[in-house]
Amino acid sequence: MAEKTLMKGNEALAEAAIRSGCKCFFGYPITPQTEISAYLSKRMPKVGGTFLQAESEVAAINMVYGCASSGIRCMTSSSSPGISLKTEGISYIAGADLPCVIINVQRGGPGLGGIQPSQSDYWQVTHALGHGDFHALVYAPASVQEMADYVSKAFDMADKYRMPAVILADGLLGQMMEPVCFPDTEIKMSDASNKPWATNGHGHKRPHNIVNSLYLKPDQLEDIVRDRFERYEEVKANHSEAVVDYCDDADVVVVAYGSTARLAKSAVEQARKQGIKVGIVRPVTLWPFPVQQIKDACKNAKKVLVVEMSMGQMIDDVKLAIECSKPVHFYGRTGGVIPKPAEILAEIKKLGGNL
Amino acid sequence: MPDFKKPHALTDAVMHYCPGCTHGIVHRLVAEVLDEMDIEGDAIGVCPVGCSVMAYDYFNCDVIEAAHGRAPAVATGVKRANPDKFVFTYQGDGDLAAIGTAEIVHAATRGENITVIFINNTTYGMTGGQMAPTTLPGQITQTTPYGRNPDVEGFPVRVCEMLSQLSGVALAQRVTVIDPKSVNEAKKAIRKGFEFQKNKQGFSIIEVLSTCPTNWGMTPIEALQRVKDEMIPYYPLGVYKEGAIR
Amino acid sequence: MTKEMLLAGFGGQGILFMGKVLAYIGLYDDKQVSWLPSYGPEMRGGTCNCSVCISDDPIGSPLVDEPDTLIVMNQPSFDKFIDKVVPGGIAIIDSALISSKCERTDITCFYVPATALANENDLKGMANIILTGKLIKETGIASIETVRETMKKVIPPRKANLLEANMKAIEIGMAQ
Repeated sequence: MAEKTLMKGNEALAEAAIRSGCKCFFGYPITPQTEISAYLSKRMPKVGGTFLQAESEVAAINMVYGCASSGIRCMTSSSSPGISLKTEGISYIAGADLPCVIINVQRGGPGLGGIQPSQSDYWQVTHALGHGDFHALVYAPASVQEMADYVSKAFDMADKYRMPAVILADGLLGQMMEPVCFPDTEIKMSDASNKPWATNGHGHKRPHNIVNSLYLKPDQLEDIVRDRFERYEEVKANHSEAVVDYCDDADVVVVAYGSTARLAKSAVEQARKQGIKVGIVRPVTLWPFPVQQIKDACKNAKKVLVVEMSMGQMIDDVKLAIECSKPVHFYGRTGGVIPKPAEILAEIKKLGGNL
Repeated sequence: MPDFKKPHALTDAVMHYCPGCTHGIVHRLVAEVLDEMDIEGDAIGVCPVGCSVMAYDYFNCDVIEAAHGRAPAVATGVKRANPDKFVFTYQGDGDLAAIGTAEIVHAATRGENITVIFINNTTYGMTGGQMAPTTLPGQITQTTPYGRNPDVEGFPVRVCEMLSQLSGVALAQRVTVIDPKSVNEAKKAIRKGFEFQKNKQGFSIIEVLSTCPTNWGMTPIEALQRVKDEMIPYYPLGVYKEGAIR
Repeated sequence: MTKEMLLAGFGGQGILFMGKVLAYIGLYDDKQVSWLPSYGPEMRGGTCNCSVCISDDPIGSPLVDEPDTLIVMNQPSFDKFIDKVVPGGIAIIDSALISSKCERTDITCFYVPATALANENDLKGMANIILTGKLIKETGIASIETVRETMKKVIPPRKANLLEANMKAIEIGMAQ
């Protein structure tokens, strides 16, 4: 491993994308993710890649659609309001079975909302990232190092399953600097080898390829969607991730993801020092949701506490995961307010002291 | 003597276009150019939403079906991934001049090295004949039952004139396909567009005044006559801009 | 052990750079570190602050609300943050820019006329580094050698000629 360096989450993610062979980036400026564009506009020309600032979020995601059709690794990034605009293109990408990576550095909403960190796009990213029956892979990093590591994984998984992958970060992770290191590998831009479906010119060597999501015959469309959902089952069975700490003997289990998880973990560790039996589960993949990991972690718990930077969105999935077998409480801040570990500790104490 | 064999760049699929519709002619012209330049194997077409939504079944080159209006952005992505391939979009007037206005204007001003085939038939054909951005003043459509009133619905867009103002445009030319002479002219213009692309000389758009007998409520012959009598006076044929941008 | 530092002032005073120096000092010592800027719509002249944590353990919240070490470089930041310092903590105040005195007795305050010192010593724009020198002295977070190595890393190559000026600013701060 190379030397550790201090980088902003946004920049670490951008560098990792290049190191994952991302050849083209299409984006549009929006706070708090603009460092991704700024970084790539500097780096891409030096490594033989392309950075293009699009005229709109809609254009940017459609450029990704075109580039991904060519079998080239590509990426776009935005923040909450911009992701709403991209959902049209994301749906087409999913419908045409194309791999790509999409970054959402979340900010407060709805509407123009604010520019401070938030987690209020959980419903959108896991349940409604566009019209139609489809899913995207969703990774929720919790540190600058993970911003780098998971973008790389997102590219691999997107290619493997031919589906869009999302990194769901937030303004805190995007803006903060932490030490990060990158594996010492040579930078190699992706090409379309191993992508026989790519529309990159048949050269009279194969029948023409078509990238498309239109199927006017209902039976045919149903078959295609069903096939896709079979692939989703394979992803669900093999690729959900969660980090579980202190849950074996926990009376209270906290569930939190992304930057909130690190705040919650601080609170959990403080509570442990005070003798409260509390543990924490951090879903790393939000789709597929780590149902089994959460179920197992909560097995012996009497209560569950979900903490989010929203009014409570993931909480529904947690209740489903444990089949509503025990009370699930919620603590959240929204609009860009970051919960303090002390606030979370107070919630834990309320639950832990009252079993 | 002209050769009436089907171009290799067209598939054997039976086209779904209505009798008298000129989409078939324009498809053929594009395919003939791909054949003659021997670039079918290096070409990627990007199709729109509209009547030509299923053109991916008709062209023998690789084809991508884009979302409504987004073909120029999709083509940009394809071209940036593979700068040496030939990339063209095939778009109607609702797609290009209404919902996709931003995408076409910015692809043009970037000088995106692609070729755009733009079908102007003054109506939304596939959805049943609603007002298009190109619908002429007074023209009756499903959504302008009393005729397009510029006081209410505004004026039609002249796309070639508009785009010819942009520095990134190498070719902006309006043609039609209503008789053998104009068909030949149209083909030359399309070829010119692909030549500009081949030489990396910038964005090219060929606007084709086309017919929609079904939604116009006309016979194919009447429809061809309407192009001549009503459309050409509002949308004059000709070259609006020509020359390498760099 | 965790140090939670908050640095605050106007945009343009080098608040974020000061944070970067401190974060790199932590990194040099193989500690866990985090650096988090406030970000807002203002580009220049608005208030600006920066949280820096240096710890032996993984850092939970990179956001410092209740610092053990505070540096303030303007009056609004003094007013806003002086009461947030944890008891036993320290505050380093640019007294050339802030006229107020802290009334708290449970924290230690150091008044350093950093902006004036910078001007007197031909180090215009390095008041932030002078204050950093004072912080290093009072907290003992690094040796002068570590600071020099860190500075080499943090100062961008195109400004490498400013290394000695920065080190001078550190020394002036440490002498206060």
